Amino acid sequence: MKEFGYQRVLDVPGAVALLGAEPDARYLGGGTNLVDLMKTGVERPGLLIDVRDLPLDRIEATEDGGLHIGATVTNSDLAAHPEVRRRYPALAQAVLAGASGQLRNMATVGGNLLQRTRCGYFTDTAKPCNKRVPGSGCPAIEGEHRNHAILGASAHCVATHPSDMGVALSAFDAVVTYETADGPGELPLSEFYLPVGDTPHLETALPAGALITGVTLPPAPVATVSRYRKVRERASYAFAIGSVAAALDVQDGTVRDVRLAFGAVASRPWRALTAERLLTGGPATAEAFAAAADAELAAAEALPDNGYKVTLMRNLVTAVLTELAEEAAR
Amino acid sequence: MAPSTSSAITLHVNGEKYTLPVDHRTTLLDALRERLDLTGTKKGCDQGQCGACTVLLDGRRAVSCLQLAVAAEGREITTIEGVADGDQLHPVQQAFVDLDGYQCGYCTPGQICSALAVIEEHAAGWPSAVTDDVRPEAGPPPLTADEIRERMSGNLCRCGAYVSIVQAVARAAGVEAAV
Amino acid sequence: MTTMTGTPAVTGAVGTAHTRVEGVAKVTGAARYAGEIPYAELAHGWLVLSTVARGRIRSVGADAVLAMPGVLSVLHHGNAPRVDTDYVGLLGKPDPTLAVFQNDQVPYLGWPVALVVAETSEQAREAAEALVVEYDEEPHDIAFAAGRDGTYTPEDSAVEKGDVEAELAASAVVLDAEYTTPEEHHTMLEPHAAMARWEDGRLEVVDSNQGTMWVANELAKLFSLDPASVRVRSEHVGGGFGSKGIRAHQVCAVMAATALQRPVRVVLTRRQMFSLTGYRSPTAQRVRLGADADGRLRAFAHEAQNLTSTVHEFVEPSANVGRAMYASDAHHSVNRVVRLDVPTPTFMRAPGEAPGSFAMECALDELAEKCGVDPIALRVRNEPDAGPVSGLPFSSRNLLACFDEGARRFGWADRDPRPGVRREGRWLLGTGVAAASFPSGAGPSTAAVTAEADGTFTVRINAADIGTGARTALTQIAADALQVETGRVRTRIADSDFGPAWIAGGSMGTRSWAWAVTAAAKDLREQLALGGTVPPEGITVRSDTSEALATLAQKERYSFGAQFAEAAVDVTTGEVRVRRMLGIFAAGRIVNPLTARSQLIGGMTWGLSMALHEEAVRDAASGGHVGADLAGYHVAANADVPLIEADWVEDADADDPVGIKGVGEIGIVGAAAAIANAVWHATGVRHRHLPIRPDRVLLGGAVAPAGAEGPDA
Repeated sequence: MKEFGYQRVLDVPGAVALLGAEPDARYLGGGTNLVDLMKTGVERPGLLIDVRDLPLDRIEATEDGGLHIGATVTNSDLAAHPEVRRRYPALAQAVLAGASGQLRNMATVGGNLLQRTRCGYFTDTAKPCNKRVPGSGCPAIEGEHRNHAILGASAHCVATHPSDMGVALSAFDAVVTYETADGPGELPLSEFYLPVGDTPHLETALPAGALITGVTLPPAPVATVSRYRKVRERASYAFAIGSVAAALDVQDGTVRDVRLAFGAVASRPWRALTAERLLTGGPATAEAFAAAADAELAAAEALPDNGYKVTLMRNLVTAVLTELAEEAAR
Repeated sequence: MAPSTSSAITLHVNGEKYTLPVDHRTTLLDALRERLDLTGTKKGCDQGQCGACTVLLDGRRAVSCLQLAVAAEGREITTIEGVADGDQLHPVQQAFVDLDGYQCGYCTPGQICSALAVIEEHAAGWPSAVTDDVRPEAGPPPLTADEIRERMSGNLCRCGAYVSIVQAVARAAGVEAAV
Repeated sequence: MTTMTGTPAVTGAVGTAHTRVEGVAKVTGAARYAGEIPYAELAHGWLVLSTVARGRIRSVGADAVLAMPGVLSVLHHGNAPRVDTDYVGLLGKPDPTLAVFQNDQVPYLGWPVALVVAETSEQAREAAEALVVEYDEEPHDIAFAAGRDGTYTPEDSAVEKGDVEAELAASAVVLDAEYTTPEEHHTMLEPHAAMARWEDGRLEVVDSNQGTMWVANELAKLFSLDPASVRVRSEHVGGGFGSKGIRAHQVCAVMAATALQRPVRVVLTRRQMFSLTGYRSPTAQRVRLGADADGRLRAFAHEAQNLTSTVHEFVEPSANVGRAMYASDAHHSVNRVVRLDVPTPTFMRAPGEAPGSFAMECALDELAEKCGVDPIALRVRNEPDAGPVSGLPFSSRNLLACFDEGARRFGWADRDPRPGVRREGRWLLGTGVAAASFPSGAGPSTAAVTAEADGTFTVRINAADIGTGARTALTQIAADALQVETGRVRTRIADSDFGPAWIAGGSMGTRSWAWAVTAAAKDLREQLALGGTVPPEGITVRSDTSEALATLAQKERYSFGAQFAEAAVDVTTGEVRVRRMLGIFAAGRIVNPLTARSQLIGGMTWGLSMALHEEAVRDAASGGHVGADLAGYHVAANADVPLIEADWVEDADADDPVGIKGVGEIGIVGAAAAIANAVWHATGVRHRHLPIRPDRVLLGGAVAPAGAEGPDA
């Protein structure tokens, strides 16, 4: 880890101005990903701008009935918040499924969105990686890729996004708010992460120097019957190998509204819009759920060792939507 | 001008104030162990992947290996050295001794700090990943063995003492009969 | 001065639960481990590891790094002190890769090419990262597979009795299956750490190891020092499991302390541990069993293969496990090895028995299924009267008592043998069983017991307490031999100045040390019984067990056990959850039920972790690991581990002064097999490759028995 400067900021304009003045600077939130990456040499900032004391630590109801979550709200506070648990239970579940109690106390919402892949090639500076060193290659494609992407990947990178929280946010049409020197802006989560293409090192559409100030969740009555299910290689304290955030509104056996997003299958939380379109207005049956999953996964491109994820996601979608249909019927 | 790469900071640890210059690279874990001679907090992985370095920051558990010391200024830090009341062990500590909730002892300070927080978090009504219904209307989940296991999962124990760790946390939380 | 006569005799500490004597120190953070003792002028060493798997070092850019803030030295093959590896140590010739910085050859990825020493650990880490090392890379080969080219059979690694092929041909039922286990790592929570310094002409090393005399002697030989001039201490050890012997960090620390003439501490990072501290080799095993229709074994054949480095042979003796287990008309077992461009594997909790029992005990379960015989009944049918290969008598063999007690407590009698017929929600349920065995041994040891003038006693023995509870057990043993309360006995361990004693390894530590402590303490008690007063310096009696051990009769000496597990499997997601485990052991006299139970449950937890989680992955292109950290290498977390119960049957070893056999390793043996057998019972699908990962379970699916709802049907 090289030497770096450190500055704590107390207001958003000050933070943005400081970053603009120092191109080598990074915002420091909980540090649970950035400090680790600095230790392994993946990140080598010259200045850390500590944003933990910014007044962005509130969760507030919006006028239209949604929620705005400040960027420095910790994962723990997000998951414990009564309105989050009441209105978007899958979001609370997703956050609780991630990391550990210690890490959730430290990690922030803004940092969670910006966390980097846990691909073992990305985190090892002795190995090639197009995301870390553009043009150096992607050894995962020929090498170890059991937990890599099946959707939206490219010949340049097959890494997955590690967030659980982001999967639920994606299902609920979250909008990321940010601040730049030119003023505030916002990006729907669906446009927040860039396609991989041949530029896997470019991960988000945030303007240069932008500071994430929060996430806005629009009102979503369907979200009150929602669930997050995560499959991983041990029962806790592990990244997903496949996960589903789902919400379902069923009336008289017909799907009125449905939300579906996948985790651990793509470079970003994967909103399953194809499946949602197929399901909406149709029967709420296991067969329909499986058919919708198949339609979404038709675009999957598996590598030799991660094809199981196609089956896993199909089964997960079917199981979770079936459970939600039963819950809605109660 | 390049920014300064070190700062003089004041850390509040176990009710004491320590003023020291730190290299900004210094983690809270290394500051405790190498600068303040508070070596009870353990370094198992230095990457947030084992929980051995767990301390309480403003009363909440955190891994001190990913916490920069300079960023911990102004926060109340409790380490394992600050858990007992003089010679009187905290009930969590006593339960670990009595029920053999450890073997090599290296993960133990982190387990105990984590357990203190688990009991607090549960008392505050926080759900966990194994809570059936997280909606507030469902009420706080009972502290079952499965709830303790999930909530303590951020602390790896390679000796394999989990069974007695769960029993020790349950005893200290007053739910021994439930697990 | 205190008069020692007339003290009432106290016994009964052995066999009674006793909390750890260092317990308060461990729960308050007062217990200091190797990297935690402050020294004036302490410098910090940080290793730089090779980034190629094979080749030569072309250049080391030390000059640029020496100009960095705080950097004191860069040791590499161009300037490091020479060491000698041509010797035979406690466990044989040393792995030559211990001799770091001796030449320009790189034998594997992750081998030390330099040590950067700096005033602070932050400076040392940054300088180590900045050090540019150039290599002439050569092609490497890390591809492990059974029977691949280069496979050879080491000397004395095969055992043959009768004609296995003929008996297989004559068998009514034949099972022929291949099993694999992956590369597994010890991953104890405390990283390897050592501080070395020269003090009054002696080399002092504060280390984390499983035997201070072992490490001291190896360092003396490596650096051509008088053994008496080397002192190694290791008071608290944060786990060892076979990995904490002589390693690169101690060698580097000594080199740097010698070069700089100030104390130097070298602590390995978690990533460095994956290439520098040994591991369990992957294994590929073939088991062939031939039996009569009722399950009586006619042929038992176990062929196992492991890998080792190109420069040192280590045999993971997986095929040895059957040699004392089952009667069979013919027996063949062999361990084969292939040399690859990887680090040398080493002993890891139950070396041989852990992977070997997975293959053998799964094969027994498969044979039971084929014969239509209950798996426990199959083992009863093949219980030997004497060593199946050696013909030697067993010192004691209470395996069947373990199965009886275990079956009763686990509820085995009610088990429906059909696979794939129990369902609870999304989970298919099954139960499995396996046998366990582990050799019992003792190594020569010395001890000193002192009667102090204040009426207390001090035991000095070069034992290591790596979490086993040895310190406490030895206190109990000394107290009983002295016939005093444990509170009057202070046990000091892990200091090479205390004289030779066996290491904490092979489940032999406590038995070896207890023998020596008992001998010295009994002698001391007899001396004190003659009356008189204790002088201010105390009365010290020493013991040495070398002669007693040399006269021990040749027998098959083993601990045994019966492992039971219940597993829940969701074949739609591949998740496996172990719901309960029960182990009943015949493992000699249990000195401290509290800590012995922890050891046994800890071993069973390892078995669970081995069955479901552990697997280090190597990348063929680079030859190195991918995900060499605790997020990439999963060990069981708390949520993976259900209520595990361990208990024991009476089994004192009559030839041991205390009756001990050893409990450190038996708990892992057979545990993974019991879980794999339970997964089969749940799903009807055999999983012969560890770990039983979600992708494997998902792709394996489940049988769809008549009348049951098949998950993938």
